[in-house]
Amino acid sequence: MHFLANPLRFQRIADAVFPWAAGGAALLAPLALWLALVVAPPDYQQGEAVRIMYVHVPAAWMAMFVYLCVAAGSAAGLIWRHPMAEVAARAAAPIGACFTAIALFTGSVWGKPMWGTWWVWDARLTSVLILFFLYLGYMALHDAFEDPQRGARAASILGLVGLVNLPVIKFSVDWWNTLHQPASIVRLDGPTIDPSMLWPLFTMMGFFKLFFVAVLVLRIRAQLAERRLANLRLGAEGRA
Amino acid sequence: MMRPLLAVLRRDLRLARRRAGETLLGVLFFVLALSLFPFGVGPAPDILARIGGGVIWVLALLSVLLSLDRLWQSDFEDGSLEQLALAAVPLELVVLAKCAAHWLSGGLLLVLVAPLLAVLMAMPAEAMLVLPLTLLLGTPTLTLVGSIGAALLLGARRGGALVALLVLPLYIPVLIFGVSAAEGALMGLGGTAQLLILGAMLLVSAALAPFAAAAALRLALE
Repeated sequence: MHFLANPLRFQRIADAVFPWAAGGAALLAPLALWLALVVAPPDYQQGEAVRIMYVHVPAAWMAMFVYLCVAAGSAAGLIWRHPMAEVAARAAAPIGACFTAIALFTGSVWGKPMWGTWWVWDARLTSVLILFFLYLGYMALHDAFEDPQRGARAASILGLVGLVNLPVIKFSVDWWNTLHQPASIVRLDGPTIDPSMLWPLFTMMGFFKLFFVAVLVLRIRAQLAERRLANLRLGAEGRA
Repeated sequence: MMRPLLAVLRRDLRLARRRAGETLLGVLFFVLALSLFPFGVGPAPDILARIGGGVIWVLALLSVLLSLDRLWQSDFEDGSLEQLALAAVPLELVVLAKCAAHWLSGGLLLVLVAPLLAVLMAMPAEAMLVLPLTLLLGTPTLTLVGSIGAALLLGARRGGALVALLVLPLYIPVLIFGVSAAEGALMGLGGTAQLLILGAMLLVSAALAPFAAAAALRLALE
């Protein structure tokens, strides 16, 4: 873990990972779309509208997964003062917020034909909306201080506090009898989805994951470059 | 161990009493904002009684939110927060004592005036008992959770608007269970389960929030 604390070393590894993630995402995107839009059968009840699932479910998973990454980075930053963990957490937050927004939007679009409403205040939807606000708060807190170090640490504490929301999201469909359907893939008795729909879903999931890694690397690079630029400017001002 | 904490509690309560105008502002907001609703939605008693529980809960929540800067800001500015952090008692316990004082001089007053507001909203007589009970269990949680947000924003450039963004999402669960406990009891469905969950949230936040708030305070004092 401390092996990665050196920004240069981290960047070398990130540079090595990036082409694989970006290339894999570029390859998987058309494949996953083809599987989801053409190969996968329409649902016997929902018809073609079920295809929204192939965007909605991976986006919702990623929304939670990325928050977990943000919280893990925050914890590593607070406990071990790991500089790159903080950078990574900060870089991941806007991506996670976008995934959350996508999940909320596609859920709304899916809900209109299926439930007859764009939005209901059921437990799953509300807790995901809270997740979205937590992302926004995390990002806003980062920028709220003159001292970037201070902002990063304060945001890290908030990131850890927000962790209480994740189990609520995960189990909201079990604890409350909601309009949102209960878990149908990660279950003790195996998924209740037909394999013909499961495989396109997993392919899409792979694409979302690789896309996330690629964008994360780009954003981390941009942040490191920004920091270096600020240091150079400070140095130039010191000499002048 | 207890004596310094009681001293903190007494000091904060005395400060709250001396600045009574500032302390009562939260209650004043609570009553004043509520009196806007009959004008906003019309004075028909059945509508007011229907929305009363929710409105009173939302306003209590906003009132706590508005009073949060009272919690750390002045101590942070005059340096007494640093003295408290240097004291031999753990900062986590000091946080708990300060939250208790803040609730006694804020949330508790909201609980006490809630029956009056229930009358203003033309709610049934049981509401005068049920509503304060739910607020009694809920408002301390609001103070504890809010103490984290307020501590995180010490020294921030624009704390006022941000505290709402940080704290309100975390208030939503308390609001949901507070309102459903009150409404369940009023409609004769029984709100015991929701009351138990409110109590559980209070216990969990009392156990965990001081750690987060103390970490945020140490960060602000660095």
